[in-house]
Amino acid sequence: MPGTSTTAAAAETTLQPSRRQRHFWERPARFSVPYLLIVPVVVVIALVLGYPLYWLGKLSTEKYGLFELIQHHGTSVGFANYRSVLHDQIFWHTLVRTVIFTAVNVGLTMVLGLLIALLLVRVSTVVKLMLSSGLVLVWSMPVVVAVQIFYWMTNFQNGVVNYVLTQLHVGNFEQHDWYATPFSQLSLVTVLIVWGAIPFVAITLFAGLAQVPRDLVEAAEVDGARPWGVFRDITLPVIRPILLILTSLSIIWDFGVFTQPYLLIDQSKITPGNYLMSTYLFEEGYLKADFGRGAAISILMLLIVAALSVLYVRKMVRIGREAV
Amino acid sequence: MNSSRRNRRRLRQAGWNAVGLAVFVVMVFPVFWMISTAFKSNEQIIALKPVWFPLHPTLQHFADAIHKPFFWRDVLNSLIVVSVTVAVSIVIAFMAAIALARYRFSLREVFVVLVIGIQMLPQAGLIIPLYVVLARYHQVNALSGLIITYMTFVLPFCVWTLRGFLLGIPKDLEEAALVDGSTRVGAFMKILLPLMGPGLVATSVFAFITTWNEYIFARVLLNDQAKQTVTVWLSYFLGTSRNTDWGALMAASTLTAIPVVLFFIAVQRRIAFGLTAGAVRG
Repeated sequence: MPGTSTTAAAAETTLQPSRRQRHFWERPARFSVPYLLIVPVVVVIALVLGYPLYWLGKLSTEKYGLFELIQHHGTSVGFANYRSVLHDQIFWHTLVRTVIFTAVNVGLTMVLGLLIALLLVRVSTVVKLMLSSGLVLVWSMPVVVAVQIFYWMTNFQNGVVNYVLTQLHVGNFEQHDWYATPFSQLSLVTVLIVWGAIPFVAITLFAGLAQVPRDLVEAAEVDGARPWGVFRDITLPVIRPILLILTSLSIIWDFGVFTQPYLLIDQSKITPGNYLMSTYLFEEGYLKADFGRGAAISILMLLIVAALSVLYVRKMVRIGREAV
Repeated sequence: MNSSRRNRRRLRQAGWNAVGLAVFVVMVFPVFWMISTAFKSNEQIIALKPVWFPLHPTLQHFADAIHKPFFWRDVLNSLIVVSVTVAVSIVIAFMAAIALARYRFSLREVFVVLVIGIQMLPQAGLIIPLYVVLARYHQVNALSGLIITYMTFVLPFCVWTLRGFLLGIPKDLEEAALVDGSTRVGAFMKILLPLMGPGLVATSVFAFITTWNEYIFARVLLNDQAKQTVTVWLSYFLGTSRNTDWGALMAASTLTAIPVVLFFIAVQRRIAFGLTAGAVRG
């Protein structure tokens, strides 16, 4: 027994010089290398995000309009901007509307996405290939393009949607104007967003479903388990982490969504009656060139989204800690 | 008994297939309708009873679309913005990804939070400070201002995705090269770079797509029609004219979508994993 330890010690002594040598030149380098590698990214982010964020804070306490923009100088007004926003009925109505809008959009996206993922498992190979290619095609559509298509399909004169709904005897939709009321406008935006978001959710969940143990499902079915029971006790636990990530991502995205409502409703028809958080901010802050008040709205919005993101970011950081 | 069970199973399979096909039709219809409209004659487009397939396709709308003012200008602008953004981003993101995937360092966690957190920021919340700051440095209405803005939003995604690809390459390979007497840089060039090829291409293509599709910053930061990108050009297509040229609009939409669709289909599988890390915005 003592023999082995001597051999090991001997081996260690022979190994040590070379090892120590490498450490000798590598250590100071190794210490700074990762920092040197992240410097460019950090510099860009600090300049284009950090500095403007500092400005955002500053602007929110200033009177800053077009005149000040040209002068490069605002006048400090303390918390007047925040007071003005928080006492504004429109802000609170917009907030409530955005929360409801987000809940409906995320709910529809997740339920339909999950149903389509489950459907993909059940259809035959040919249909599976067709459906998944179709989903990828929809996923790849640029948002601005999708808006134009929906705008054309829902046109009141010769939009195909009115024709199809009338033919299907859903009701008389001839010359129906989908852009007449805020509710109708936002419902269209919901259809557009959900349509565009389903592919990502469905395909990601379908990939997750591949991890569900097949023999377990079959055994449960042989034992006479109901489909709902199989889903709840076997499928759901496996895909729960993916469901959580997708739901939190969808909440964050839909809460801040801008392009779809802004372009589909059409900027000229955006009014306090159909404001969502981002269109409210755009109209009140940017278009009216009231940058100080807009900054206060931005900060309130960023704080809400930050609170919504905490869970998701923590989860991702845990993933980031793995495997170094 | 046995055959009736088989029949029932077959019937159920047919039922699922029918539902699958119905979902396919509903989901794909808008894209089909765009392409179909783009090739129809004006009489077919405004017909009260829709014409489903253009039996005598015409290319007139495509000609109209590309001859609209500023089309080529704005396509060129998009190409410039996209290629500079992607080229610079991918290089510096790759460096940061190596740091994340291969080194332990004390600020690592902070950096990860930064990378993930930025992707969660709602872009609408940042238009005002970006507009004001870029205006101060005369970067409003300049492609350079848009490029650095895009870089900030593309970088986190690139870092995170490339990190994922790097983790898929065993460390032993580089270490073996180091033992063989290569320098660290040599090991990088000989071993890591060729293996990372597909990952770098996929990430670049995805960065290309996000940048090409971006709307809100381009809308806010570029006012001059000759300086806009193609998405903003498309969004202004209808203008205020009362007689909407639906055919040309759909042809223009098709043209805008084509590069994105082709690229997306090519890399979707590779990148799907990274998407869960918060890559595309809804």
